[in-house]
Amino acid sequence: MATHELSRRDFARLAGAGLFVFFDTGLEAQEGRIPRRVAAPSDFNAFLRIGDDGRVQCLVGKVELGQGAMTSLAEVLAEELDVAFDSVDVVMGDTDLCPYDMGTFGSMTTPFLVPVVRKAGAEARAVLLSLAAERLNVPAERLRVHNGVVTDSAAAGSSVTYARLVEGKRIEKHLANIPVKPVSEFQVIGHSPHRKDAMDKVTGKARYAADQLPDGLLHARVLRPPAHGAKCLSADTSSAEKLPGVRVVKDGDLVAVLHARPDVAAAALEKVRAEFDPQPALPDDKTIFDHLLKTAPQPRVVAQSGDLAEGERLSGGVIERTYLHAYGAHAPIETHSATAVVEDGKLTVWASTQAPFMVKEQAAREAGFAPDKVRIVSRYVGGGFGGKTEGPQAVEAARLAKITGRPVQVVWSRQEEFFYDHFRPAAVLKIRSGMTAAGKITLWDARIVGAGDREARPFYDIPHQRTTSAGGWMGGNPAGMHPFEVGAWRAPSVNSNTFARESHIDVMAAQGGFDPLEFRLNNLTDARMRRVLETAAKRFGWKPAKAPSRRGVGVACGTYSNACNATMAEVRVHQDGRVEVKRVLITLDVGVQLNPDGLRQQAEGAVMMGMGYTLSEQLRFQGGKVLTANFDDYWIPRFSWLPQIEVVLVDNPQMNALGAGEPPIIAMGAALANAVFDATGTRMLELPMTPERVKKAIG
Amino acid sequence: MERTVSFRLNGKAASVSTDDERMLLWVLRSDLRLTGTKFGCGEGLCGACTVVVGREAVRSCVTPLKDVAGKDVLTIEGLGGEHLQPIQQAFHDQHAFQCGYCTPGMILTAYALLQKTPHPTRDQIIAAMDDNLCRCGAHVRIVSAVQQAAQKAGA
Repeated sequence: MATHELSRRDFARLAGAGLFVFFDTGLEAQEGRIPRRVAAPSDFNAFLRIGDDGRVQCLVGKVELGQGAMTSLAEVLAEELDVAFDSVDVVMGDTDLCPYDMGTFGSMTTPFLVPVVRKAGAEARAVLLSLAAERLNVPAERLRVHNGVVTDSAAAGSSVTYARLVEGKRIEKHLANIPVKPVSEFQVIGHSPHRKDAMDKVTGKARYAADQLPDGLLHARVLRPPAHGAKCLSADTSSAEKLPGVRVVKDGDLVAVLHARPDVAAAALEKVRAEFDPQPALPDDKTIFDHLLKTAPQPRVVAQSGDLAEGERLSGGVIERTYLHAYGAHAPIETHSATAVVEDGKLTVWASTQAPFMVKEQAAREAGFAPDKVRIVSRYVGGGFGGKTEGPQAVEAARLAKITGRPVQVVWSRQEEFFYDHFRPAAVLKIRSGMTAAGKITLWDARIVGAGDREARPFYDIPHQRTTSAGGWMGGNPAGMHPFEVGAWRAPSVNSNTFARESHIDVMAAQGGFDPLEFRLNNLTDARMRRVLETAAKRFGWKPAKAPSRRGVGVACGTYSNACNATMAEVRVHQDGRVEVKRVLITLDVGVQLNPDGLRQQAEGAVMMGMGYTLSEQLRFQGGKVLTANFDDYWIPRFSWLPQIEVVLVDNPQMNALGAGEPPIIAMGAALANAVFDATGTRMLELPMTPERVKKAIG
Repeated sequence: MERTVSFRLNGKAASVSTDDERMLLWVLRSDLRLTGTKFGCGEGLCGACTVVVGREAVRSCVTPLKDVAGKDVLTIEGLGGEHLQPIQQAFHDQHAFQCGYCTPGMILTAYALLQKTPHPTRDQIIAAMDDNLCRCGAHVRIVSAVQQAAQKAGA
């Protein structure tokens, strides 16, 4: 069984015979970058090759993180080209072989890359049909294609393969405006072929960054400060240096201990005696929310309409609540890893990263290489979730390889992973609202601090509203607002914003004496959102009742990059405060379904990961000192938490396929908080709803 | 202490001369270059490094090399051959993975369970797998995969 490692031989093949279609993904225009590539015209940045061996190769700069892009890209190419799915190879994440891509995040592969890959497939098919028409001497209209074989429909036995058509030729095409197949003609799209990465992953042959073991490899362990912001005053490495085979590197801020065996390097680092300047230990995980309110920048208006005073006048009283969300870690099972080799002045780094091209620039700049002398390879990555968008470990490995003249591997320990993560920011969300006696929302005044403004505008029909946001996950926060780095965590901003909005909607419904679903529908005209809610209600068996009904059911809904999600859940709250999730149903509208099984995998995973940010995951810290060090202090969901999961995919062939890695996770927080309220009558305003917190609240 | 430790690895004789207090994970990955066994936490908390020693699924990151002297060690590289082992086939068929990083540890934990309990109940599967962490959330499919493999074993 072939693995997806591309060898030098494969690389040479790319320059050989075949039909090449070069196409522009359009994504770089946003970035204003000039793409670089191999054997491709300079104004195009992705390519497709149909070789004389009958294989179809597609080279894209995206990365397979587990989300299944390798499979869905192969699927759409097989569809447009009328070739067997098994004959398509998708090569990803290699900056020397693949065209520029800014990174794999934001659920962007499906909405942005898939449409152009489909067009490239359609273009290639049109070229091959015209070649076949010439070869078989029949009009192209009479030709049919199946599994890469072109047949004359009027003359049985008259046929030619794609491979034969390109034999001995090198045909280069740029993308023209050939129409893609209409949804009604799909034969591959909409089915769920076997994942391309399945065989590699069940046999242990899938090679991740740390699985590269070049000859002469040294494993490096880097001296770390006890807290963010702490400066190293002195480092005594003499004891470590005495150990056989140990090499010590001190290069400015970088102090590393290296050895041919990773565990021996780790033991040697223990012998290093270092002094760091003490850091003030404020804020901590208890005081952080007040700290955020004090240190946040000026709020920015995200959405505003009507007049808040009028909205308040029309309402029967103002309902005000403050919602809190702790810092969250990405906690992929693969920690940040990199293996760097310098050969003939060229740096190659196998790195676990979602953004190999950004890491390429980072490594070139920080390790001192010309950009064209750097290759980053990110073939398989052991989970990203937004946490691997930079490559500090790749830079460390590159610097150490350059200094030692040996291949160097850097694999972060679990403690380093928790320390250097770019956490989902802690957030404070204050909402003031009002409604009429009939349950029409008249006022919505939301103040978001920390979470960021993505999907912050409520989609309900609210005449008088304002939403402001101060600070966010994307950077640009004032120094000292967060004691460490924050960043994108699967559906950035949106988990916190949806938790607050959808919890507050339920607070209002309860106060007005309305069923939570009925209250939503009574304030919602958006047809797609109504449809997912109504579909969810039907499939879940939602029975209208005012909460708390003591049944422990909850609903929440939300949007993410044009996708719509309605989530319903059933919980049981135990005396000890433990929230047992019995059932979760997620209804999604993500446009055309490319790969229904792939969508289900994403939604099932989102239920589990969503339970984590909702019920257990919170970082413990004291100032810049991250106290959370391993999985015994950061509880991610496990098998015994597994609820009954149902995923309902709403058919929407009118809309282009949307990304689905992030949309299914966004409503878990509120759906579970609302279900806890329905079960107990206690409103949990802070995530995560740990057993301690729930026990205290329910008394 | 430095000595030669002999054991059977994936059905073949193996011996390693090294400090026998070193953890099996690093001997497998670094000395023996078998990289299918993964590092995840270093403290036996996540299960990514799980291998089978004798009949038991063990955490190789907290198992000193000396503990496997004379024993049978099975890693993901030793499962299956010409064909996938039924539990690998079931993970393959059910798409019981996403990023795949925890998968070797999951498969070996499930393999050890099925060796001892060929027809586990759902609760037994969950109990056996509970200390193996998966961040992508493939849990529901992993349970299905173990059930599929168990059914095949009974056929």
